[in-house]
Amino acid sequence: MTADAARSAVVRQGLSVAVATGLYGVSFGALSVTSGLSLWQTCVLSLLLFSGGSQFALIGVLGGGGTVGAAVAASSLLGVRNALYGVQLVPVMRPRGWRRVAVPQLTIDESTAVAVAQSTPELRRLGFWVTGLGVYGFWNLATLVGALAGNALGDPQRYGLDAAAAASFIALLWPRLRSREPVAIAVVGALVTTALVPVLPQGLPVVAAALVGSVVAWCWK
Amino acid sequence: MLEVNFWIAVLAAGVVSFLLKFAGYVVPAGPLEEPRVRRVTAVLPAALLASLVVLQTFSTGRDLVLDARAAGLVVAVVALVCRAPFIVVVVLAAATAAGLRALGWG
Repeated sequence: MTADAARSAVVRQGLSVAVATGLYGVSFGALSVTSGLSLWQTCVLSLLLFSGGSQFALIGVLGGGGTVGAAVAASSLLGVRNALYGVQLVPVMRPRGWRRVAVPQLTIDESTAVAVAQSTPELRRLGFWVTGLGVYGFWNLATLVGALAGNALGDPQRYGLDAAAAASFIALLWPRLRSREPVAIAVVGALVTTALVPVLPQGLPVVAAALVGSVVAWCWK
Repeated sequence: MLEVNFWIAVLAAGVVSFLLKFAGYVVPAGPLEEPRVRRVTAVLPAALLASLVVLQTFSTGRDLVLDARAAGLVVAVVALVCRAPFIVVVVLAAATAAGLRALGWG
């Protein structure tokens, strides 16, 4: 493959990931406004937080009546993995100047995955930028569209939007269940949550599940 | 009041998210590369997402309930087994729950 062909392959790959990921920003936007956040809050969340799982977690806990603290804790714990992506990307990206802010902000599952899959440092950087900027653009545009649509819909349950939120979480979880350890941790998280929902204030069962899951992972084997 | 609280949550979660992403580029890699820490960070999302699935499917406030959302989840899992794309999984689950409710269940 020539250098040009290799570059356009990376661009195509990054853009298709960006479109596919961006599309579910529509469901995020719709769910967010039906969870009680305003259009502005929904859009600021996508611009500022920019990490799908964390955003769904935040609106899930807030929409369920959980406290601000529990919502931020659940959302932040889901974002811890982004720090680990940064560690992997330091030697690839070496951000300087304004890039010291832009590169971390664009560091998410998708940009990291496309970047590390490439064969040369130049293609890794290209993959990171195309995917990161592409997802950022589509995700924020889709969030706005979804929030406008959600506002127009009326009762969210009539359209099964609560079931859509559950499906979003299982779809985010699914690709992680490839080996025994994450499956075991997921089962532990589900059981802890089921046991604690009736006894803890709303929002705390998620945090408890994360803590118990971490302890199990720490002690594994 | 709700409005203000939601803004606090949105801004706080946004700031923490950025700091976590930024930290990856500035902290010494040593502690984060420690195998046990790596393992915990790698599986933490599994625990959280599973917890959120349970909450979003089977809870209403502090009650555990079985309603149309559970049927939506079953359909979502079948779609995932069939390797359907994200958006299809979500739409099928929503349509299932909406359909059952239109028929008067859940």
